[in-house]
Amino acid sequence: MKPLVPLFVILAVIGLAYGGGQLADTRYLLGIVLPYAAIATFLLGFSYRVIRWAHSALPFHIPTTCGQQKTLPWIRSSWIENPHNKRGVLTRMALEILLFRSLFRNSRAQIEEGPRLLYTENKWLWLGALAFHWSLLVILLRHLRLFVEPVPRFVIGMDTIDGFLQIGAPQLLITDVVVVAALLYLLKRRFTDRRLRYISLYTDYFALFLLLGIVITGILMRYFFKVDLEGVKQLALGLVTFSPTLPAAVGPLFFVHLTLVSLLFAYFPYSKLMHMGGIFLSPTRNLANDSRRQRHVNPWNYPVKVHTYQEWEEEFHDKIKNSGLPLEKE
Amino acid sequence: MPEATPKPEELVQINYDPHEKDWRKTRPEFRKGTFCHAALPKDVKYLGLPNPRDWQPPDVDWKLPPNWKEIILQGMKERLEKFRSFRLFMDICVRCGACADKCQFFLGSGDPKNMPVLRAELIRSVYRRYFTTTGKLFRGLAGARDLTEDVIKEWFYYFYQCSECRRCSVFCPFGIDTAEITMMVRELLNLVGVNTNWVIGPVANCYRVGNHLGIQPHGFKDSIDFAVDDLEEITGVRVEAPINRKGAEVLFIVPSADYFATPHYYTLLGYLMLFHEIGLDYTFSAYAAEGGNFGLFSSHELAKRLNAKMYAEAKRLKVKWILGGECGHMWRVVNQYMDTMNGPADFLEVPVSPFTGTRFENTRSTKMVHICEFTSDLIYHNKLRLNPSRNDHWKVTFHDSCNPARGMGLLEEPRYILRKVCNHFHEMPENTIREQTFCCGSGAGLGSDENIEARLRGGLPRANAVKYVRDKHGVNLLTCICAIDKATLPTLLEYWTPGVDVGGIHELLGNALIMKGEKERTTDLRGQPLQQKSEAVHA
Repeated sequence: MKPLVPLFVILAVIGLAYGGGQLADTRYLLGIVLPYAAIATFLLGFSYRVIRWAHSALPFHIPTTCGQQKTLPWIRSSWIENPHNKRGVLTRMALEILLFRSLFRNSRAQIEEGPRLLYTENKWLWLGALAFHWSLLVILLRHLRLFVEPVPRFVIGMDTIDGFLQIGAPQLLITDVVVVAALLYLLKRRFTDRRLRYISLYTDYFALFLLLGIVITGILMRYFFKVDLEGVKQLALGLVTFSPTLPAAVGPLFFVHLTLVSLLFAYFPYSKLMHMGGIFLSPTRNLANDSRRQRHVNPWNYPVKVHTYQEWEEEFHDKIKNSGLPLEKE
Repeated sequence: MPEATPKPEELVQINYDPHEKDWRKTRPEFRKGTFCHAALPKDVKYLGLPNPRDWQPPDVDWKLPPNWKEIILQGMKERLEKFRSFRLFMDICVRCGACADKCQFFLGSGDPKNMPVLRAELIRSVYRRYFTTTGKLFRGLAGARDLTEDVIKEWFYYFYQCSECRRCSVFCPFGIDTAEITMMVRELLNLVGVNTNWVIGPVANCYRVGNHLGIQPHGFKDSIDFAVDDLEEITGVRVEAPINRKGAEVLFIVPSADYFATPHYYTLLGYLMLFHEIGLDYTFSAYAAEGGNFGLFSSHELAKRLNAKMYAEAKRLKVKWILGGECGHMWRVVNQYMDTMNGPADFLEVPVSPFTGTRFENTRSTKMVHICEFTSDLIYHNKLRLNPSRNDHWKVTFHDSCNPARGMGLLEEPRYILRKVCNHFHEMPENTIREQTFCCGSGAGLGSDENIEARLRGGLPRANAVKYVRDKHGVNLLTCICAIDKATLPTLLEYWTPGVDVGGIHELLGNALIMKGEKERTTDLRGQPLQQKSEAVHA
C-alpha cells in the first residue's frame, strides 16, 4: 500500500519529536538548530530551483490560447484568456494564481451506452484546492503574531473575521476547520478515485500527511492542550532576532508541531511543492500571444541545413522547364 | 479501413478506472492497428538523421546504437537547459488528476498511460532518477525509475499516441503542456533513430521536392491546372493560378493536400474563385509548395529546416507578404515559431489588404496572414457578393482544429465566414469546441492507416460530439480549417457517425460566391446538384 510508507515516516517523526521535546539536549536541537537548518534549506533550495528554471532558455513563445486572438478591430478578442499585451498576461496570471482559473474549467467525463460521452461540471477539486491554499495562507499570516511585536493590526483584524462565528473560547477559527476539511478531501480523492490512486506517488501522500500533521498539532495546541504562548513567542522572537533562547514551560506537543513545520520547509525545495514558485514561470501562461506582431529571439538559435531553391531547381530543372514554369537559370 | 479493425461496439467497451496495481509493471503490446511503422532507412539517411536501419516496433531488438542510454541522457540534459518548459514541466506537476479525462486518447481507450499526467510521468520518472537529488537517493520512493530499453519502447508507443493538441494544458492549473513534453521525447527518440515512417517520409519528401506527398513541380502544376479547368466547367469562369511568378504582391501557401486530396480539393477551388473574383495579385510556389510541417512532429530542428522555405521563397519571388491556407499545425508553426526560427522577415511589408485597406497589425512582424482573417475582412467590408442558399443542402457544424484554437486563438473568423456563406450552422456542445475542442485523433503525424485503431479511439470524443448535432439538427457537413482533419475525419465519421461529410470553410465560400460572368450554377463544387427551391420548401 502506497500511503502506508509515508504515513509511517510521519508518525515516526511525530514520535521522535514528542520524545525529543522532553529532553533538554534534544529540545535545543529541535527548537533552535532544526528550524534554522530548515529555513536555510528552504531559502537556498527554493532560490536554487527558481534560478535553475530561469536559467533554462525560453526559445519560443508558446502560450496556450484559451480564447479569441486579437486580430481585426471588429472582432472582440479575449484579452485575458488569450492575452496580447502585458496587462492581459498579468490579469491572466493573477486569475491563475489567486483563483486557480484553469482548474475552474474542470469537468468529469463519463461514457454511457450508445456510446454517449457526457461531460459534467466538476468544481470540487477547484473548491478543495482553493479552500486549502487560502486557509493555509491565512494561517501562515496569523503566525506573524508570534514573530512581530507589537502584533500587526491586519493580523488582529484577520482573526476577528476568521472567528466571526464566536463559538467557544478560544474562538473557533473558520480557517482551522476549512484547512482540515480541504486536506481530508484532497486525501480522500487519492484513496477513492481509482485513476488518482493509480497515478499517485509516495511523495503525493507524504505531502498530504505532513500538512495534516502540522494543522492537527496546531489545532490541538490552540483548542485542547494549551501551550505556554508567551514561551512560544519568546522562542519565535528569539529565532528571528538571532538570539534564540529556549523557554522552559513549552510542552512536547509544540516540539512536534515545530519539527513537522521544519520538515515541511526543508522538504519543500526537493518536492512538487515547488509548484508554488513554478506557476509564475509557466510559459504557456505567462507569455502574450503576440508572436506574429513582435519578433522574439531564441537565444540558442543556430543555422540549420536547408534545401535551397537553387539546389531544388537544379535537381528538377528539366521537369520545371517542360511544364513551362519560370526558371532562374535556363 | 483494414479488415481486422474492430467494430464500434467492440471498441467502445472502455473502462476509465484502471485495474492494474502499478503502472511501472505494465508494458505496451505492439498490436496491429495501434502503432505506426518505423521510418525507412533511405529517408532517415537523406535527412542526415542518426541510426538509419531496418527495424519495426514489434521487433524484440530495436537495434539502438550501443551508447543509446548515454545519448538519451545527454539529450535530456541539453534540452533541460534549452527549454524552460521542459524543465519546469518535469518539476511542478502535483498529480491532481485534472487532466486525466481531458485527453481524447484516454477517453477513447481507457488506457491509463494515455492520461496526460501519466504520459508525462513516463519521462518524469526517468528525469527524477538521473537529474534530481531525491530521485538519485531514494529511487522508487521518490517516483524515479531506471532508463531501460523497455522505457524507450513505452515512450515510442505512448508519445506517438499523443497528437500534441494541448487540450490538457487548458485544464492544467500550472499550464503544463503535454505537447511540449511529447515534442521533447520525440526529439530524444529521434536521436537514437526511433522514428515513424508517417512522419519522416513526408519530411524527406517536403525537404527534397517541396511538399509532403513528394509531388514534383510538373505534377504540382498539373493539379493546379486541373483545378482551373474544373472550375471553368462548374462556374463558366476561367481563373488564373500563377506559380513561381516573380513580383506578385502575395505568396500563397497551402497544405499540399489541398491540391492532391479530397475533400481538401474543394477548398482549393474556393480559394481560386475568391482570388479571381477580387483580383488578387498572387502566386503559388512549387518550391515552397507545402504549408504543413511534419518536421514539427519530430524535432524543432526539422521544423525549422522545412519552414525556412517560406521566407526564402517570399524573398526570391519579391512578394510583399504571405497568405496561408486552411491548415492546423502549419499555423502553430507560423504563429508561434516561424519568425523566431527563420525571421526576421524584414524584406517583406506589413500585410495590407489591397481591397479593404485593412492593415493586419497582428502580423506586423511575421507578415503572414491566415486566409480566414483575410476573407472575413473582405466580407465585413462587403467586398464579396454571396448567395448562402447555394449551401442549403448542407447543415453545417464547425470543428475547431487544435492548433488554430489553442496555439493561436483563431475562433471567430471562420465562424463569421460560415454564418455569411450558409444558412444552417449549428455548434457542437460547449465542452467540445473552441479552446476545449477535441482533436481528430490523427494530428502530429498519427494519421496513418497502420495505427487505425488508435486513431479511431482518439477520434471518439470528436465524433461523438458530431453525432450529437447530427441527431439533433440533422447536421450533414463538418467544416474545419485543417488539412489533417480533412484527411482523417471522413474515415472517423464514417466509422462512428455515418452520414456526415467533411469540408473546408472556403469550399462553402466558393459555393456561395457570386462571380462576375458566371453561368447559372447547377451543382456545388463537389458536383452535387444544388437543392431546388421546391425541395427547400419541403425540407
